[in-house]
This record gives sequence, structure tokens and C-alpha cells, in this order.
Amino acid sequence: MTYETVEHARSTPDVDQPYAELGLKDDEYARIKDILGRRPTDTELAMYSVMWSEHCSYKSSKVHLRQFGDKAPDTDVLLVGIGENAGVVDVGHGLAVTFKVESHNHPSYVEPYQGAATGVGGIVRDILTMGARPIGVMDSLRFGAVDNPDTRRLVGGVVAGVGGYGNCLGLPNVGGEVGFDPTYNGNPLVNALCVGVMPVDRIQLARAEGAGNQVILLGAKTGRDGIGGVSVLASASFDDESPSKRPSVQVGDPFTEKILIECCLELFDRGLVTGIQDLGGAGLSCATTETASHGGSGMRVALDRVPLREPSMTPLEVITSESQERMLAIVQPADVAEVLSLCERWGVHATVIGDVVDDSDEGAGRLVVTWHGDVVVDVPPESLADDGPVYDRPLARPADQDALQQDAPDMLPRPASGEELRATLLQLVSSPNLCSRRWVTEQYDRYVLGGTVLAMPHDAGLLRLDDDSFRGIALALDGNGRYARLDPYAGAQLALAEAYRNVSMSGARPLAVTNCLNFGSPEDPSVMWQFAEATRGLADGCLELGVPVTGGNVSFYNQTGATAINPTPVVGVLGVIDDVRKRLPSGFAGDDDVILLLGASEPEFGGSEWAWVVHGHLGGWPPLVRLAAERALADLVQQGAAEGLLTSAHDVSDGGLGPALVEAALWRGVGARVVLDGDPFAGLFGESTARAVVTCTDASLDRLMTLAGDTGLPVTRLGRTGGDALVVDGLFTVGLADLGAAHEGGLPALFG
Amino acid sequence: MTARIGVVTFPGSLDDRDALRAVRLAGAEPISLWHGDHDLRQVDAVVLPGGFSYGDYLRCGAIARFSPIMREVVEAAANGLAVLGICNGFQVLCESHLLPGALIRNAGLHFTCLDQRLRVETASTPWTSEYAAGSEITIPLKNGEGRYVADPQTLDDLEASGRVVFRYVGGNPNGSLRDIAGIRNEAGNVVGLMPHPEHAIDALTGPGADGLAMFVSVLKSMVTA
Repeated sequence: MTYETVEHARSTPDVDQPYAELGLKDDEYARIKDILGRRPTDTELAMYSVMWSEHCSYKSSKVHLRQFGDKAPDTDVLLVGIGENAGVVDVGHGLAVTFKVESHNHPSYVEPYQGAATGVGGIVRDILTMGARPIGVMDSLRFGAVDNPDTRRLVGGVVAGVGGYGNCLGLPNVGGEVGFDPTYNGNPLVNALCVGVMPVDRIQLARAEGAGNQVILLGAKTGRDGIGGVSVLASASFDDESPSKRPSVQVGDPFTEKILIECCLELFDRGLVTGIQDLGGAGLSCATTETASHGGSGMRVALDRVPLREPSMTPLEVITSESQERMLAIVQPADVAEVLSLCERWGVHATVIGDVVDDSDEGAGRLVVTWHGDVVVDVPPESLADDGPVYDRPLARPADQDALQQDAPDMLPRPASGEELRATLLQLVSSPNLCSRRWVTEQYDRYVLGGTVLAMPHDAGLLRLDDDSFRGIALALDGNGRYARLDPYAGAQLALAEAYRNVSMSGARPLAVTNCLNFGSPEDPSVMWQFAEATRGLADGCLELGVPVTGGNVSFYNQTGATAINPTPVVGVLGVIDDVRKRLPSGFAGDDDVILLLGASEPEFGGSEWAWVVHGHLGGWPPLVRLAAERALADLVQQGAAEGLLTSAHDVSDGGLGPALVEAALWRGVGARVVLDGDPFAGLFGESTARAVVTCTDASLDRLMTLAGDTGLPVTRLGRTGGDALVVDGLFTVGLADLGAAHEGGLPALFG
Repeated sequence: MTARIGVVTFPGSLDDRDALRAVRLAGAEPISLWHGDHDLRQVDAVVLPGGFSYGDYLRCGAIARFSPIMREVVEAAANGLAVLGICNGFQVLCESHLLPGALIRNAGLHFTCLDQRLRVETASTPWTSEYAAGSEITIPLKNGEGRYVADPQTLDDLEASGRVVFRYVGGNPNGSLRDIAGIRNEAGNVVGLMPHPEHAIDALTGPGADGLAMFVSVLKSMVTA
């Protein structure tokens, strides 16, 4: 016998079970026996193992994530909030937008191409599950030091995987970030975001309701790939045995996902499903228990009906497999024939595997799974889906935190002469974290679907929503692990502020937030302190900026041995723009425009690119968080864009004003002449937040200054666009050709 | 009555909606065609769009060639129907032997998406009549397998008979032989190219509107025919 029946489990209470090997603690195993009134079958044990894993149950993070709801700002834009597969935002005119970011860090380390590819595939299915047509993707990637021998393998594989899957699905990749830091040696971060759009009345929910409704499995056949991915990979730290975990990584087939998307959208449009859930982490275990639990129903599943790639699979393997490109649909009996024939037209496998039961049926409120007639699972679905363990884990401020914050970069040698400043600028714009991302982004299709108005290298991605109007959405995805290491509360807010600022630079109005919280082991009290601080900071920041968190993802155990990564909260912000024709580019659009710096500059260098690139230094405090100023800046740029006053807007962030000017100048090869007041070093490389470089024509200047005066934001007139060089008056001149060679040469020299 | 221009959707087609939009913007009536049908729905011209038809398993375009709709396209092309293959559509045309040569993996081995400069080498096809021969245009290029190859004799024949329709200028992005970006058949009614004119129909969402003339060309060629 390759499986246990419930009856067998009941009659053999004292059998030793490998719960510890499956990642369950003693008390968790005891609780399972308590819930079931007997020991679990092997299949049930595997289901509890995956569903109660950190990845699925959020058992360590739940108590902290509640703040996103408790501190949510008053808003009328949220149609679906936290708790569903993705939050849904009302963008007006009967349209709703859903977006979410999710991690696939550990699979991408073990098998970079497939790990990254299925990361994209998984988040796209989350968006599809809400009823939306996916219309764009973004990705936030962090790798180890560029000279770490393994970085090249990971960069090549991950970028090819993100592109390979997204390009083949036909989704434009419209932005994101790529970073390098030795903290990610041995634990890269691969966070993928997807955004989708739908008519408001097409929103779908993951509910199994209505006795007699049929449970239909759609999409790919089920194989042995990805078994235990969430418990083996995502919920444990790496050690020397990582290569043996390769079978736990799923393998993607974007072609199957593409036809699954088109097929599901047609099912939604025809109103043929009453509930739908994608199969991601924990596979059928998750999809069946979540839909049943959220619908308050029971469910019967004949697991042997699931189409298999390998006929020898056991029920345990079938129900925990994370094979990709599958969805679970709940369909009324009268619609089953139409669903099956529509799936056949698209070439999508569709199989009735069970039905929904209510109180009057046998097995009311239970998930009962049979295998060739034998009952192998009989559990209350909510015990897996919603009532998993919750831990309020101990917190401790890291022992080195004070020393780190006292180690300010004030005493580091600084460039002073014009020649030194020029050399520092060239060094920064060619450095791995600031150089052009073109080598990466050219591997992604940014044009497909025909709605891309802005993509790389602009601050935000901007997508037109339909052909009948000029309404659009903007997206940005940002994080900074160094800032968060110095102060996780501020670091999370700085990530939020940057994404918020980037969205507003396009001319859009920020509406809502998603997040991916990448941290080390929650069992380490210092990591848990970082996590608690970061979530508190993010919740407080969202409240102050008036943008609610709609959903997100937590990724723990990002560490190698006892060394955790820098805490890295990555924040995505969604904005809306009424008329995409009024969008602003991030680069100088033409000659003779006036260049203005909006916002206040202070000499802030803690965690800066300058300190890191030139001195390899990380210490002190990150730049001050200025959320009120961020809001004023965003309002001013939106107003300036709406009135057609501005010709470009580019946020000042990593590296400071100097690199920001270089990026703006290189976009179309339009130079600039600027004057810096005060300490030119601080002016060029300080990283004060809530700042932007904007340009306007002479004719618009007065009106713009009036608007700026109303906000109270400091405005500095820097100079004028034009020429083929960046001239910093009285200090140095650097030709655009030299800047371009330095900026564009970085990544190809390393990875090309 | 305006011309009806069909766009085939294979499973895995990605730029079919963009091609339909381009047809509409050019002033023609866009008609969706389904890979599994034997019906060209009385269209006056056909576009095979970009994407990864049937997952591009086996070889790009190799499976699409055997789809029911392609049997109709091949037959109609022999009778003079104007056919444009874009990217994956170009690969399907080569696999179908409507055009000579083949598209293989880019020389750089990466998928590449960039705004590409092209020279229009001939205006004597129904898809390029609105361009001036020798003019240069910029339209997006995005593919992993766009390197055009053929034997030397075939290449010489293409050159000699004026059947090279588009050539890469300002750098060869994928190692295509003789910088070839697009070609036509002997009769001139079938054209294939790797870059994407349907992504350059509006400066708002593309590098410019240089691609629109390809769809306007076929529309006008029908009016004058």
C-alpha cells in the first residue's frame, strides 16, 4: 500500500510519523491530532505540513501584518482588501485594477531560470484569479556582489527566466529594479509583480459555495515537480545540501499558462464560474481547503480523477504537488458541459474532480478526499486554510545596531576639487547599482499588448487601460536593504516613499500599496525585531500618505547559515492618471528648458551609494523620512503635469542629484548646465528624500513657482538643458559621450 | 465598403490584438481568424502576428504550419492574397515554404527588445507601397530567434530579384545574414519581417508611427487593384 486510509490511521494510533522532517513542531503535531481526534494519515500530515508552513500560514508574521488593516487610511478605492489573492482597486469608469508582488527567492537560487519563471507565472495566476486580465509585470531583483563567483550564474538565469516566461505570456515588463550587495550572496531576492484590469462586475472570489456545484481542475497535468516547495524551500534556511532541493522547484510552461489565461477570461466573461482559485504553493491542498473554508462549505474530491504526468504518483504527492499552470473552478452543474467544451476549444485540460457539499450532506463542513474509493483525507478545511498556528515570536534589537548607527560616514574622505567630483560622478554612474539597466531590460518585451506608455528607464511604468479612453495606471517597485539595515522602521518608509515618488513623477496619483517583505529567519529574535519595526514603519507610512496596503507577501528564512540578509522590504505603489497623454518622461525632453530641484537638500550620507561604492561603508542613519514633503511633492508634480507645465520629472534617490542629472541627460542625449550653491559634494551626492529634478519652459515657470509656493516646498533653480555635456558651473564638465560610456558599460562588462 | 484584413490567432499568439488595432487605425475592417478554422472569412489580406504559436515547441512556427487555417492561407497566397508575417508570423511563413530561408537563435543568444532602425528596400509590395524605397523607419524589434539565414545562392537570388524588403541599419541586432530584416516572395504578395510594425502606430505607445504605413499600404493596394 502506497498510502494510508483514514480508517487505517484510526486503527493504528501509535505509529511514528515523520512530522519533524516535514517541518512541523511537536506541539503542532499534537494540535493536528487534537483537531482530527486521531493521528493524521500520511496524506493529511503532508497537507498540514505545507499549509502550516511559514510560507502558507504566515504564522510568524500574522500578528504584525494586522497593522496594515488596523492602521489603514480612510479610502473608498478598495473594492477587495487584504486576504484575497490580491487586492482590487477602483480606478473609475467601471474599471478595477488588481496588483500584487510575490517572492520566489529560494527556488531562484536553486534553479535560477525555472525559479524566476515560475515566480512570474505564480503571480500572474493570482491576478487572473481575481477575474482580471493581466496587463503587465515588473520585477525586483537583488543579487550578491558582482565579483561573487555565483552571481553570474544567478543573474543570467533569473533574467532569462523572468523574460522567458513573461515574454512568452505576452505581458509587457514595464519596470522594477536590479541591485547587487554581498548580503545577498547565497540568497538572491526575486520578487515579481503583476497588474491586471477588469470591469468592476467581473471580480471573482476564491469561494466554493452552493451544494452540488462541481469542482473542476483546469490546466496542466499534475506531476512530481515542486512537491513540498513551500515547506522545504520557502520555509527553511539554506545549508550545504541545497542542490538536493532541486526537485522541489517547479517547472514552468508559459504556453500552457497563456491559453489558460485566455480560457479563464472567457469563462469569467460568460459567467460560468461561481468561484475560482489558482494552484500555487501547496497545490491542491491549498486550493481545495481555501475555497471550501472561505465559502463555509464542505467538499468531496476524488483525487484519482486528477490527470497525472506520472501514473505512479501517490495521493500524498498529488495533493501537495506544485505543478504549475493549474486552476480550480467551482461550476454550477448546468454549466459543466459548456465549461468543458470551452476548455476543449482552447486546448485546456478540464476535469471534474469533486463537488461542494452543504450541511445536509454526508461530510458536512469537511474536506473528504478519496483515492480509488478509499478515504485518505477527512479534515475540517478551515483548520488548514485559516486556523493554522500563530506565533508572537520574541524580538530583540540586534546587538550591533547601536554601533552600526554610531558609525556615521562623516569622517570618510570626500572629493573636493572639480576634478575629484567629476571622477566620483563617473565612478558612481558606472557602479553596479547605478549603471544603466538596459542589458537586463532589453531582454524583456515592453511593447506587447500595445498599452505601454512609459517603461524603463523612466521612474514608473505607465500603462494605458483601454483603447476607448486615455485612462492609465502607473506602477513602481522599490526597496533599499542598506537603509533598512540601518533603521528598519525608516527603511520600510523610505521604500514606500520612493515608490510613491516614482509613481507621482509620471504625473499619476498614487492610490494603493503592495509589498514583499524579505527577511531572515523569524526564529532569530533580531530578525523578528527588524520585521516588527519594518511592518510598523510601513503601516504608519501608508496611513500618513493615505495609501492602503492591498496585499502582499512575506518571505522569511532568507539567510545562509546564521547570517541573515539585510532586511529588505520591497514596496509597490499603484497610481492612476486620467490622461496618459499628459505623462512626464524622466529625462530631459529638449534644449533650453529650465531645470528646477524641488525639495530640501541636507548633507545625508548614511547608507548612501557614495559611502558604499567609494568606501564600502555602511553605517549611520538613513536619510530622514519626510512624508509630508513627499505628499506635497507628489501633488505638485501631478498638478504640473495635468496643467501641462512640466516637460520632465525625475526623482532624486540612490546616489543623489548628480546621478539623477546624468540619467535625465542621457535619456535623449540632452545635456545641461547647472549651478550648485553650498557644498557641491553634498549637493551632488547627498540622498535627502522628497526631492525631484523637473524641467519646464520659460513660459510655464511663473505658474509653476506659484503652485510650488502654495505647497511650501523649497525650489532651487539649477540651470538649463542643452548642449552635449553636463556642466557644473565652476567645477567640472563631463561630455555625454563619456557619461554614456560609463553608464551603459556597467552591466555588459560584467555579464554580457 | 472598406477592406477586410484578417489576423490569425494561434494558441500562443501574443500580438494579435495589436495587429487588429493597427488594421483598425489604418482604416480597414479587422477580422479575427482562428487557427482551427478552415475559413478565411472572405478577407482581402491576412496578417500572421507575433507570439509563440503552439509554444514554439519543436521549432518556431513549425507546428503552426500544420494548422487548418494555414492550409487556407497557403492556398490563397498562391492565388495572390496579400499576406504579412510579423516575427513569429515570419517564422510560420518560412516553415510553410511561402518564403525561403529560416530564422534561428539570435547571435547574442538573448531575447532582445529594442527600437530598431530599418531601411525599406523596396516599395513594390502591397505592404510597402506607401513608403519611399530607401527610406528609413524605426519600429520595435523583439525576439529570441530572429537571425535570418539562407544558403548563399538563395541570398544572391533574393538580392538580385529585389526581394529583400527591409534591412537593419545602425547595427545588426541578431546576426541576420546580409542584415536582412524582411523579405518577400517572387510574386510580391507575401512579406515577412522580424520587427513589429503593429507596435509603431502611435507615438504614445511606440517609438513613433512609422509602422502604420504598412497597414495603410495594403489597404490602398486593394483600392487601386
